[in-house]
Amino acid sequence: MSGRKLHVSFTVNGEPAEVLCEPQQTLLDVLRDELRLTGTKEGCATGDCGACSVTLDGTLVCSCLVLAAETDGSTIGTVEGLAVHSGEEAPELHPLQRKFLEHAALQCGICTPGFLIAAGSLLEHNPDPSEAEIRYWLSGNLCRCTGYDKIVRAVLDTAAEMRAAT
Amino acid sequence: MHPFTYEAPTSLDAVLSRLGSAGPRAGLLAGGTDLLVQLRGGRAAPPVVIDVKKIPELRRLELDDSGLRLGAAVSCWELSRRDDVRSAYPGLMEAAELIGSMQIQGRATVGGNLCNASPAADTIPALIALGARAVLAGADGERQLPVEEFVTGPGHNALRPGELLVELRVPPAAERSADAYLRFTPRAEMDIAVVGAGVSVTLDASGGCTAARAALGAVAERALLVPEIAEALIGGPVDAEALERAAAAARAAARPISDKRGTADYRTRLAGVLTRRAATCAVQRAGGAQ
Repeated sequence: MSGRKLHVSFTVNGEPAEVLCEPQQTLLDVLRDELRLTGTKEGCATGDCGACSVTLDGTLVCSCLVLAAETDGSTIGTVEGLAVHSGEEAPELHPLQRKFLEHAALQCGICTPGFLIAAGSLLEHNPDPSEAEIRYWLSGNLCRCTGYDKIVRAVLDTAAEMRAAT
Repeated sequence: MHPFTYEAPTSLDAVLSRLGSAGPRAGLLAGGTDLLVQLRGGRAAPPVVIDVKKIPELRRLELDDSGLRLGAAVSCWELSRRDDVRSAYPGLMEAAELIGSMQIQGRATVGGNLCNASPAADTIPALIALGARAVLAGADGERQLPVEEFVTGPGHNALRPGELLVELRVPPAAERSADAYLRFTPRAEMDIAVVGAGVSVTLDASGGCTAARAALGAVAERALLVPEIAEALIGGPVDAEALERAAAAARAAARPISDKRGTADYRTRLAGVLTRRAATCAVQRAGGAQ
C-alpha cells in the first residue's frame, strides 16, 4: 500500500516553492531531492547530529524529523539563504560565513551548514551569548573535524561584530 | 520508511472520529521526534499517520489562577518562550529544556514525551512531582488520569483505542512552593537520563515543609511517584537530616536495571544524590533558607 502523493507549498529563503511528495518524505528529502537545495546535509537521519538543521517558521529544527507534508504553508530557511545574492557580483556572505572562514571553523564542511543555521538562530534570539550559552545551544550539532573550539570563537566574534554594527 | 497516508484533521471531533475508524494502528504525530525515528527504524509501521498539530485544543498554552493547561501539541520551544510558566514551574521548564537539543525542542512536545513513555523521559518525573493530570479524549468523552498512572510500562500508556491525549493540567503553584528537576547524563547534553529526579515542595512562613511530591525517572520500568521521599521532607525544616532521609527513601524506591548507561548499583546511589539536590533546589526556590 503506497501513500498518495501530496501537494505541498511553502516558502524557502523567501522564494515560493511547491512539490509533490510522498507522505513519508521528510523535509530534508524534499529540500535535497526535489528542490535540489543540497546545502542541507543528512548526517544521521535520527535528529542526533544537526547536519540537517533548517529554520521552520523561525524555529530551529532538524529537517530529517519533519515530514514534508507537515510544512504546507510554512516559511523555511536553509543555508542557501544566508548569503545575499545580487546579480552577477559575488554573493555577500553572511557575517557568520565570513567568520567561519576567518577562524577556520570548518575542515570537511559537512557539519557547517547545520552549524551556520543553528548559530544564526541563536544570534537571532540572543545577540550577546556567553561561550557557555553558545556551546549549549549548539550541542545538537556534531563536528568530527574541528573539535568545536574554532566554531565557538567564530560565533562569539560574529556576535560581537553584529552587535557593533547595530 | 514504510509508506503511510498522512492526515491533518483540524478539529477534535474530526480526529476522534478518524481514530474511531482508523483503529489502533493509526500513528499520532505531534513533534515527530520520536515517531519519525521509530518509523525509519521499522519499530512502528502505522498505515495512517494523523498529525494533531492543527487541533486547537492540543495547541492550548494557558496559565492562570487555575493552573497550567499545556496542550499535547505544544512544543518545548514554545513552552520555553513563556517566562510566566518558567517562573511558576521552573522544574518542569528545566525538564522540557533538557530534552535532546535546541533542534529537537523546536518540535518535541511534553505531551509526546509523556505518550512515548520512555522510562527515562525527562518531563514525566517533573510532571508527577507537580501533581499533573493527563486529559484524554475519546468517542465516549473526556477522562483524566494522574500522570503517574498514565504510563503503564516502557513505551506503553493508558490510552484506549480511539483516544488521544489532549492536554496536561498542572495545579496552580501555591505560595512558597517550587519544583526542580535534575538528571544525570554522562555527557552535558544530547543524552538520555541515567537517573532523573523531580521534586516539588511547599513551605510555610518559617521555612518548614508542609507539602511535597517527588518522582524518580530511569530507575524502573516507568517513572515512580515516591511518597516516602515526600514524607521524609514534610513536617519540619528541610535540613541535612531530612535530606538524608529523603535520599535514603529514593535509594529504597529505585529498582533500576543495569544497562549500557549505568549499573543498577550506580543508579540507585545517584537516585539518592539527585533527590537530595533537587529537593535542596526546590526548597531554595520556594523561599527557604539553605
